[in-house]
Amino acid sequence: MVKLKVKEVEFSYASVLVLKDICLELAASEMLGVVGPNGAGKSTLLRCIDRILSPQKGCISLDGQDIKKMSRMELAKKVGYIPQSSSQIFPATVFDTVLMGRRPHLSWKSSEEDTEMVLETLRTLNIEDLAMRDINELSGGQQQKVFIACALTQEPDVLLLDEPTSNLDIRHQLEVMDIIKNVVREKNISAIMAIHDLNLGSRYADRILMMNGGKIFAAGTPSSVLTPENIKHVYGVESEVEEKRGKPYIVPIRPVSPKGGGNGGVSYEV
Amino acid sequence: MLRIKYYLEERINKRKVKKTFMSTIGKEDQGKSMASSTEAITAMGTKSAEIKEQYEKFIGRKILFILFSLILIFIIAGIAVTLGAYSLTVTEVYSKIFHGLFQSEVHSIILHDTFPSIFNKPDVAQEVWVIWEIRLPRILMGILAGIGLAIAGTMMQGILRNPLASPFTLGVSSGAGFGAALAIILSAGFVAGEYLVVGNAFFFALIPTFIILGLTRYKRATPETMILAGIALFYIFSGLMALLMYFSEAEPAVEAYFWMIGSLGRASWDNLLPASIMLVGCVIPLMWKSWDVNVMGAGDERAKSLGVNVERTRIFIMIIASLLTAGIICFTGCIGFIGLVTYLLGGPLFFYLLARKRKEYW
Repeated sequence: MVKLKVKEVEFSYASVLVLKDICLELAASEMLGVVGPNGAGKSTLLRCIDRILSPQKGCISLDGQDIKKMSRMELAKKVGYIPQSSSQIFPATVFDTVLMGRRPHLSWKSSEEDTEMVLETLRTLNIEDLAMRDINELSGGQQQKVFIACALTQEPDVLLLDEPTSNLDIRHQLEVMDIIKNVVREKNISAIMAIHDLNLGSRYADRILMMNGGKIFAAGTPSSVLTPENIKHVYGVESEVEEKRGKPYIVPIRPVSPKGGGNGGVSYEV
Repeated sequence: MLRIKYYLEERINKRKVKKTFMSTIGKEDQGKSMASSTEAITAMGTKSAEIKEQYEKFIGRKILFILFSLILIFIIAGIAVTLGAYSLTVTEVYSKIFHGLFQSEVHSIILHDTFPSIFNKPDVAQEVWVIWEIRLPRILMGILAGIGLAIAGTMMQGILRNPLASPFTLGVSSGAGFGAALAIILSAGFVAGEYLVVGNAFFFALIPTFIILGLTRYKRATPETMILAGIALFYIFSGLMALLMYFSEAEPAVEAYFWMIGSLGRASWDNLLPASIMLVGCVIPLMWKSWDVNVMGAGDERAKSLGVNVERTRIFIMIIASLLTAGIICFTGCIGFIGLVTYLLGGPLFFYLLARKRKEYW
């Protein structure tokens, strides 16, 4: 069953084309990893799907409904988005931050049910101990878990994650990815995550979408996409790919000049 | 090995949490939270209940603080009435105020003030006149101004995600000051007659906000650009006002200067009415948006993904908060100094709803 469908989406900032002819389909309970060099358009794609940016061309539909025709609130009930770790957050307790996730479902006041839901999410993510701490006092890994909790209380069908593991130590990387993997499976959520770490992507994603210069370069299972040829072409990095525990494991060796001249398009930090 | 380490980490975290609680709650909870931490390991449900209890306590403390502040306002207001040339005792004041509520002469003071053409000046005892005609309106205006400026300030801070934002740094007050100076020195302005100064101050207070909002149509409305634009406008209007005062006669210049400092001396029942209408009229929509403002505190993108129309909310709040500020400072003058004090008095009322999660305010 197709949950999310992105069709021929094109987006440009001013005159710089950032996304071109993007088509993808996401099934329910599927985890899609989006990889690609800086400026490939990964974050822009996620922002377009959550309508933080509006693509100039193309159509994005959720359960067959065009997201352009949905109100922001309706969309917020279906799509949760976790941006890259934000720099400035107004001081708030973890509990209140997670409660914010209920915003799309509330009219004005939070109910007992909302409180229960927050408590349950905190328990699922094993961050109950942080409940009354100030969000700004927490470490990066803890903050990321709190924001995941916030997105989960939103009860979305589709979860968009922008570099969920950036700035995290390996333990937190694994914990965060496990959490995401579990909720995707248990709550029947579909997830799209932009990720830099190819090995994490290969290990956790069901499918990998490799982007380059605003276009989709390759898509498919991790082992079909994460090949030395593709990595060399897209990143300009010579690498060896071994199979470890049933998944491709990438060992980067050295940067080389990419095949086919340049990385094929604009490289803008987006 | 890893498990042990994780367990230790958890213990340390727990202790940290406990520590922060102890400092706020006090010693009585020490035993309790120690006992509950052992329970938490055995049963998960109790932990949730514990968090819930802590959260309720956290909210409860804020409500308590608001109630305490309300009582404090009441006491301070009573004491404030006794201060001045005509000496009164505190008990006298409270009894005169309380009895006055049911006396028709007192009602006619208010009516005479509000509609001087219809109601005659009543004949009342001197102390009643001093309390009800002179001092009480000033105190009530002080409270209204405090409430209004505090709400406007907190809302602006919320939408701009910056503790520097306030009606003063966004140019609202210097706009009002320039408008008033224009009226006082050149007798020029939007409204004629009795309300020249007030009307002018009101309209000029809104000008900086509209300039800022106009700028955001051409450039992306980030909080930083809005604050910078506000500060620039603050300097422009202050400069213009200084220019006016430089070329004016001594007397109106002094008057304009005193207007800038701000005073509750002009308060009377007839301008309390429009000020309180402004206050109620603006606070209701601001309260209605309080969730959105809280969500915006976590960043624009996050707020958008939670269904908030960030740009529109920001503009809406800017306009309402400026209206509120303008509606107050046009009667009181740029009440920067007194505003600072009343912030503390009136502020907590809305902090509960608006900023109840902002721990550092408490």
